[in-house]
Amino acid sequence: MDITQIPALFVALLGYIADVLPGSLPQILLNTTPIALGALCGVLCERSGVVNIGIEGIMLMAAFFAYLTGFLLLESLGAVPALALGVVVGILVGVLAGSVHAWLSITVRADQIIAGVFLNVLAVGLTAYLNRLIITPSGRSGAGQLPKFRLPNEIGDIPILGSILEMFLNQGPIAMTVILFVIGLQILLFRSRWGLRTRSVGEHPKAADTVGIDVIRLRYRNVIVGCALAGLAGAFLTVEVNGVFQPGMTNGRGFIALAAVIFGRWTPIGAFLGALLFGAALHLPILVSVRRPEGDLGAIMSSIPTEFYAAVPYVLTIIVLAGVVGRSIPPAAVGIPYEKEARA
Amino acid sequence: MSGAGDTGSRNDVRAQAGGTDPLAATAPAAAQDRDNRSRPPSGRPNALARLWRTSALPVLSILFALAIGAILMLISPVVTGKGFQPTLPITAYGALVEGSIGHPGTWFGEGGNFNALANTLVQAAPLILGGLAVGLAFKAGLFNIGVAGQFLMGAFFAAVVGARLAQVDTNFAVPIALLAGALAGAAYGFIPGFLKGRTGAHEVVTTIMLNSIAALILAWALSDLVAATGFSFPRTGDIGNSRLPVLFGRNVHLGVLLAFIAVFVIRFLLNRTTLGFEIRTVGANPNAARYAGIRPLLIVALTMSISGLLGGLAGAVQILGVQGFYAVGISANVGFDAITVALLGRSNPLGIMAAGLLFGAFRAGQGLMQINTNLLVPVEVIDVIQALIILFLAADIIIRRVFRLRAAKGALEGEVRTVTQSWGEQGAR
Repeated sequence: MDITQIPALFVALLGYIADVLPGSLPQILLNTTPIALGALCGVLCERSGVVNIGIEGIMLMAAFFAYLTGFLLLESLGAVPALALGVVVGILVGVLAGSVHAWLSITVRADQIIAGVFLNVLAVGLTAYLNRLIITPSGRSGAGQLPKFRLPNEIGDIPILGSILEMFLNQGPIAMTVILFVIGLQILLFRSRWGLRTRSVGEHPKAADTVGIDVIRLRYRNVIVGCALAGLAGAFLTVEVNGVFQPGMTNGRGFIALAAVIFGRWTPIGAFLGALLFGAALHLPILVSVRRPEGDLGAIMSSIPTEFYAAVPYVLTIIVLAGVVGRSIPPAAVGIPYEKEARA
Repeated sequence: MSGAGDTGSRNDVRAQAGGTDPLAATAPAAAQDRDNRSRPPSGRPNALARLWRTSALPVLSILFALAIGAILMLISPVVTGKGFQPTLPITAYGALVEGSIGHPGTWFGEGGNFNALANTLVQAAPLILGGLAVGLAFKAGLFNIGVAGQFLMGAFFAAVVGARLAQVDTNFAVPIALLAGALAGAAYGFIPGFLKGRTGAHEVVTTIMLNSIAALILAWALSDLVAATGFSFPRTGDIGNSRLPVLFGRNVHLGVLLAFIAVFVIRFLLNRTTLGFEIRTVGANPNAARYAGIRPLLIVALTMSISGLLGGLAGAVQILGVQGFYAVGISANVGFDAITVALLGRSNPLGIMAAGLLFGAFRAGQGLMQINTNLLVPVEVIDVIQALIILFLAADIIIRRVFRLRAAKGALEGEVRTVTQSWGEQGAR
């Protein structure tokens, strides 16, 4: 292959994407949802000055307990109510884990990375332990998945708008609401009093304290709310997508979420777009194997191993973080516990 | 034992000058008088007291975690409808001890049986090396979460080179295969170190990303580049003569000896060399280090490379001494175990050795624990206990409250606390 072919290949690639994108949008949003929710957790925590690398662990625990709830209540309540309660339990697990993380990071002023490592190690052990103890011996399966909403087929035929509507509406309830969380948080973070306070607490807590903002309380609240979203992400994995729990099933999504936060420069919409990009990167190899592009492009794209596509989010994050292309700068006070009496 | 390190000797000096209580400095005469009277009449610091001061928190954390683990074992059969089994924790912990050190009665006499102890040593070797990797980085104020990735890199390259040299003389094959693993780990540790020193990209994020990248790239390289033929799953070929020689017992291989040697090499490096001094200075205060003419970029990159080298060596030892080949999913838990070991050992090489042996014992005994309790106490309990140990070390306030311990200046208070504080510094450089 010589260099003169590259423009033609690029055009072919764009053509391929334009061709397959409308049909794969719902699947991409499905991949994006847990990453985006985890990333919103990261944005909320880090914007208020708390590092949270325990998103992965919170997701895993929430995924397990959401599944367990459906599993236990299936017979007494029926599938859908049991699953709905599973979602609630997932969120509660997030709240609980968030409270622990907040207590460790804010009150105890422990190292926040170690607190995150604690959550991750605990999640791996606890979920595998309880899974082995309760679910494996029973030999039966859980309550399945939440039903998906389906638009009438005619709507999908509307050009452009139709496929976008399908992307956001041909989904289960959690995937459907993600975009609302993203837009809502974006507006709140940059247009509301709470948002201004949150950002000031993350950038310069001493100054925020001076004008009467309760730094400790605000950080607690934001970390807990953020982790509730990570809990929702976990519940999504078992209750809305997979229908079963497997040990370690979050499979690094919490860490990709961390990447999306950096990629999106600590804004909700940016993080969502980052998550979308990563969701698409996860979908692309499957797409290429199912609908192979024509000609040279097809030969090149199918010769790239699946693992390389999957590594894209991580490589991009390192590049962005190192400032090679468009440096990404975190909030100034992130990771530093606030002490009222300490000199700034 | 762990108090004999650098912290201990500094306390030593201060104790002779009038006690470690920082208040003594502000109110000299009276405080010194009071302090001296409360010490042993000889005036020399009590070695046992010093040992207690540095190891009380880790030891109590372990005991607390084991106690909560026992409560978990008592509750879970009740919840799952198997009834209250009051002896379950005793059975479980008894099996854990038996699986890790064996019956002391069988040690002596004809054909002493040291198999359990040997298993503990073999399990401990990669954990000690990994713990040293994390601990050394802590000393420079760096949090190397990337041991998991460096371990995989070391394991992979040791396996590939080892398989290549399978027919060559052992005295040649073993060192080269070990070196390949160690260098692969070092190269993989250099990347986040260089990025941190050069651009300020936080090593925690970059190493997390590099862990995932390593897992993915190696999965591809294994199946597409180096997979040996004739196996039902992708794996590298047999290592043949590259296998580490067994030094004693059934399976105590050269890697175990290497791990113990590494402990003393790192201890020497940190306490007795210029580089060690510079690492500790950068860890304590990068600005002061820069002012003193130390180049943080160089030290950070070098520390991460050495850290990666230890992580890679851990992987190489596991492959060449135990596993014998590389496949997807080998010893995935070493990365997190290494962090726990370093925290528990308070970044002190001797402490890490003790903590590594403890976790080696857990890993060696967990199988028997699961068998002797009829699966009622599965191996995953060890992970839960490990998480609880981390919790008690991080939230040392819990144990300090209960036992009214004074805050000792150790790794957790000094170096580690500063790690996250550099998270937001990227823009400033």
